Amino acid sequence: MIPTTFDYVRASSVDDALARMAAASGAGKFIAGGHSLVPLMKLRLSEPQLLIDIGRIGDLAGISERDGKIVIGAGTVHRDVATSALLKQTCPVVAECAETIGDPQVRNRGTIGGSLAHADPSADMPAVMAALDAEIHLKGPKGWRVVNAAAFFQDLFTVDMAPDELIVSVQFAPVKSAGYAKLHQRASHYAIVGVAAALEARGGTIVSARVGLTGATSHARRLAGVEQALVGKPLSDATIEAAAQLAADGVGDVNADLHASAEYRRAMIPVFTRRALQAAKARV
Amino acid sequence: MATTPVLPKLVGERVKRREDPRLIQGRGTYVDDLKIVGMQHLAFKRSDVAHGRIRSVDVSAALAMDGVEAVFTGAEIAEMLGPMPIGTPFPSPPHRAVAADVVRYAGEPVAVVVASNRYTARDAADAIVVDIEAFPAVVDLERAMTGQPVVIHADFPNNLAVPFVPSGTGVSPDGTVDDTAINQAFAAAEVVVSQRMINQRLVPNAMEPRGVLAHFEPGKGSMTIWSSTQNPHILRTMIAAMTGLGQDQVRAIAPEVGGGFGAKINIYGEEYVAAVVSKRLGIPVKWVEDRSEAFVATTHGRDILGYIDIAATRDGKVLGLKMRLIADIGAYNMLLTAAIPTLTMLMANGTYDIPAIRTTLTEVFTNKTPTDAYRGAGRPEATYFVERAMDMLARELKMDPAELRRRNFIPKDKFPYATQMGAVYDSGDYEKALDAALQACNWPALVAERDAARKDGRLVGLGLAMYVEVCGLGPSSSLPTGGWEHSQVTIERDGRISATTGASPHGQGNETTFAQMLADQFSIPLEHITILHGDTGVVKQGIGTFGSRSQAVGGTALHLAGGKVKAKMAKFAAALLEAHEDDIVFENGRVGVRGAPASSKAFAEVAGYAYVPVPLPPGLEPGLSDEAFFEPANNTYPFGCHISMLEIDRDTGEPTLLKLVAVDDAGNLINPLIVEGQIHGGLAQGVGQAMIEEAVYNDDGQLLTGSFMDYAMPRATDFPRFEMVSTVTPTPVNPLGAKGVGEAGTLGSTPCIVNAAVDALESFGVKHVDMMLRPEKLWRLIHGPRQGSGQGGRA
Repeated sequence: MIPTTFDYVRASSVDDALARMAAASGAGKFIAGGHSLVPLMKLRLSEPQLLIDIGRIGDLAGISERDGKIVIGAGTVHRDVATSALLKQTCPVVAECAETIGDPQVRNRGTIGGSLAHADPSADMPAVMAALDAEIHLKGPKGWRVVNAAAFFQDLFTVDMAPDELIVSVQFAPVKSAGYAKLHQRASHYAIVGVAAALEARGGTIVSARVGLTGATSHARRLAGVEQALVGKPLSDATIEAAAQLAADGVGDVNADLHASAEYRRAMIPVFTRRALQAAKARV
Repeated sequence: MATTPVLPKLVGERVKRREDPRLIQGRGTYVDDLKIVGMQHLAFKRSDVAHGRIRSVDVSAALAMDGVEAVFTGAEIAEMLGPMPIGTPFPSPPHRAVAADVVRYAGEPVAVVVASNRYTARDAADAIVVDIEAFPAVVDLERAMTGQPVVIHADFPNNLAVPFVPSGTGVSPDGTVDDTAINQAFAAAEVVVSQRMINQRLVPNAMEPRGVLAHFEPGKGSMTIWSSTQNPHILRTMIAAMTGLGQDQVRAIAPEVGGGFGAKINIYGEEYVAAVVSKRLGIPVKWVEDRSEAFVATTHGRDILGYIDIAATRDGKVLGLKMRLIADIGAYNMLLTAAIPTLTMLMANGTYDIPAIRTTLTEVFTNKTPTDAYRGAGRPEATYFVERAMDMLARELKMDPAELRRRNFIPKDKFPYATQMGAVYDSGDYEKALDAALQACNWPALVAERDAARKDGRLVGLGLAMYVEVCGLGPSSSLPTGGWEHSQVTIERDGRISATTGASPHGQGNETTFAQMLADQFSIPLEHITILHGDTGVVKQGIGTFGSRSQAVGGTALHLAGGKVKAKMAKFAAALLEAHEDDIVFENGRVGVRGAPASSKAFAEVAGYAYVPVPLPPGLEPGLSDEAFFEPANNTYPFGCHISMLEIDRDTGEPTLLKLVAVDDAGNLINPLIVEGQIHGGLAQGVGQAMIEEAVYNDDGQLLTGSFMDYAMPRATDFPRFEMVSTVTPTPVNPLGAKGVGEAGTLGSTPCIVNAAVDALESFGVKHVDMMLRPEKLWRLIHGPRQGSGQGGRA
C-alpha cells in the first residue's frame, strides 16, 4: 500500500498542465481526485514518475448551462454533480447516477473527468454519458478535440484519448425523462450491470430513445437494438417490456468475475434496462 | 445549610464512553504513531505463490539500496528464532515466522528488510528476488482430506491436522465411544432432517491493521514491545520464551488498539521477528501492516463445514443430533486455531434439551491463510448449524418455528444444566427471551405482513434463531494461559483512583464501565478515576480480552480489589473520625460515620491521611493500594433470540434485510449503552457473514477477495435499524451477575437471516442455502433448475 517514488507538481491551468505533461516525455500522469489512480499506485500497478495535479485548476470544475447544453467541467467532484440544483432540475439522471458512486468520501474527491478517462468497465457515469449522447471535450498539444461518449469508450480501461490529452469538460443536451438503474456490487458499489435510459415522447409516442450500458462488458456502450425498438412506438409498459427483452441481444463478451457470472450478468441486462426505462418513463 | 449535590449511582446507567472523544478526534496513540530515536522499519517480502519450495532468495539488490540496514532470509531468521509455539494441545507441524524452505500460503513471509524508513523498506522488499518451485495447491478442504493433489505437511497424511475427535453422548473422557444412545435416538425418530452446511471463511478486518515496535535496550538487557494486540501479557510470555529473556525483562504494551475481533489474540511471526531483529541489531524496529497484507497475513475466521442430522418425533420432540464437523484451518496451526472448532462441539446443544448428541471433528490443512478466533469463535458456528437444523425440522414438520423451539428448550428450573458436551450452563430462561422477541417484533403482525407481501408476488421471509454462548472465559482448567483476571486499585494521595486491569480493552469500553463500578463503590465522581490497561509494566498481571471475558472476569477482579482497598480506607477513616470501621460510610465524595453526617471528611482528606499517617493507626501499613485475582468457577452462558425479516428481489436475487430484532440476555448490565454498542457491532458482523462477506480463493490458492473492492465490509447502509431488547438473567458465577456480551450479536443474527431467506424462497422448494446470500445464488434458486439442496453455485 505504499507507491513507488514519484514527483508531484500542481498545474495552474489546462495549458500549464499540458505543457508539463509534454515536458515529462511520457513519464507523467494527470491526477485530480486520485480515486482511480492512487489505489493503482498503492498496489504498484501504476508507477508514474510525475503526477501533474489538475485538481486545483479553478475553471476545470463547475456545472453550467450554455446554449441549451449542460457543461460539466472535468474537475467537478461527484458530490457537486449529485447535489447540483441545475442538474436536478434539467437532467436529474446525472445527479442520481453520481449519488450512487462509491461512498461520501469517494464522492467528495472523485471527479467526473477522472471517472470517464479511467473508464473502469463497471463505472456508472459512462452509461449515463452514453445515454445522453454527451460530447467529451479534450484538449491536447494539437488543440481541441470533441469525441462522442459512445465512441469514447473503446475497450477495457481504454478510451479515445492520448496520454497527453486532458478531458476539459463534458457537454450534453439535458433530458429530463431519463433514468439510471444498477445492480450494486456490494463491496465496491460499482455496477455489476448498470443501464441508463433517456427517452423523449410527443403525444404518447416515443420520438427519441438512447440507452447506455455499463458493467456488462469491457466498456460502456449504447444498446441500439433497444433504442430502435422504442422509437416510434407508444410510450407504454408493453413497449418498454418488449424493448427490454432485446437488451442483451448482440451483447458479446460479457464479463464474468467472482461477483457475477456471464450468464447472470447477461440476464440482468434486460432487468435493469426495463428499470431504467421505467424510471425515464415516469419522468416524461 | 447548603445542600450537597448527590452523586448518582452509575452502574446500570447509559454513560457515554470516555474513550470516544479522543478516538473520534484522531487523538489516540496507536503503534503506528510511536517513534523512538534510531528506530528502523521492517518490511516483509511475501510469497506470491500458495505452495512451493524456495530455490533461492536473492537479496543483493535490496542490500545495495540506500537506507537498507539489513535483510534477513528465512534461513537467517531461523538461526535467531525457533518454530512458533501454539497454545493448544494438538500436534502441529513446525511453523517458521519466515519460511526457509517451503511456502504454504500466498502471503507467507520469505524475507524481512530493515531500513531507515517505511518507503525504503517496501522498495527493498520489492527488490528481493525469490525463486520458488511451485507445487500444486490444495484449496478445497474435502479435496485436501483425500491427500490429493498434494500433502502440505509431510507428517500429516491426507492433510489431517486433527484426524477425528468424537464428543457427546456415549463418548467417555478416555475416548471410548458407545453408539447405543445416538443410534437408538435416530432409530426411534419419525423424522430425520440432514443437511451439509458451510460456515464460510471470513476476513476479520479490524479498522487498525496489526503493528509492532520492538525496542531491545542492550545496556539494560531488556525489551519493550508495543503491539496492536488483545493480550499484552500473553505477548510478554511468548516474547520472553522465544527471545531467551525472562518475563521480568520484557515489557509488552498494547497502546490504542483499533479493533481485534479475535484476530489479535494470536502472537504472530512479525512480532517475534521484530523482537529478535531488535535484539540482534540493538536498535528499535517497527513494522506496520498495510491493508493488502492484512488480508492475507492476519488470521481468517470461521471456515467450517458441517454435516448435520437431526432426529425428532412428529410432534416436534428432538431425539438426537449428529454434527460432523470439518474445519479448514489453513496452512498452519496458530495460537488457538485447533481449539476454535472444539467450542462448536461444546455448544452443540444450543438452548435445547436433546437426549443424544454426537459430534465429531476433523481439522484439515489447506494452502490458505491460517484461521483462528473471529468474533464468536466456534459458538456462531454451533448456533448456525443447530438453528438451521431446527428451522429445517420445523419446515419439515410444518410447525411454527417458535413452537418447535419452545418444545425443546432446557427448562428454566433445570439450571445449572450440565450438557453431555461438557458444559455446565450457569443460568438461563430461554422461553423468556423467545417471548420477548416475539413480542418486540409483534410476530403475528409480521406474519400477516409477510403473507400480504407474498400475495403481491414479493419474496418475503421471516427467520428466528435462538442462541446460547459460552463467555467469561474461563476457569484455568480450560485455558492454558490461566483463566483468571487481575486488578489493582490504588487510591492516590489526592483522592483520585488509579485502577489497573489485566483485561486489554480495544473497543469494549472498559475505561468507562470499570470507572462506573469504582465510582459507585467509593462514591466519588467518574472523572476522578483512571483505568490503566494494556501495559505489563503497569498492570502487574493479566490474561487479556477475548471470549467476552472482560466484564465477567476482569470486572470482578476489579470489584474485589476495590473492596479490599475500601476496607482499609475505612480503617483509616475510623481512626480519623474516632469511630468503628464498621460504621464508616462512603457517600457523595465523603467518608463519614453512619448517622453522623456532619462529622464526615472529604474522600481526599482520608486518602491523604493514609499516605502521611500521623499517627499511624495500630496494625495498618501506610497507603491505599491492593490487588485481586479472580478465578471464576465456571464460564457464563448468555443467550438470546434474534428475529429477522428479509426480502429477495425476484428479478435479481438481491436480498434486503427489512428488520432485525435482537433480544439478548447478558445478565446484569453495567452500562446498557455500551452493551447495545457491542451488540450493534456483533449484529453488523453477523449480518455481514450472512449476506455479503466471503473470502474466496481460486484453485491456485490466490485470495480473490484481497481488497475492499471485492470483500464487502458491512456499512451502515447495509442495515435496517436494529431493534434491541434486553432480558436480565444474572449469573451466579460472579458477584456482579454479569455474563459478557462482546460476541453475542454474531450468534443469533446469522442463522435468523438465512432462515428468513429460506422462508422467502419457500415457494421454490428451497430447503437450505449456504452463506453468503450472493444475489446470483438466490437468482439461480428462483430462476434456475429447482434444486432441493439449494446449493446455488458461486458461478
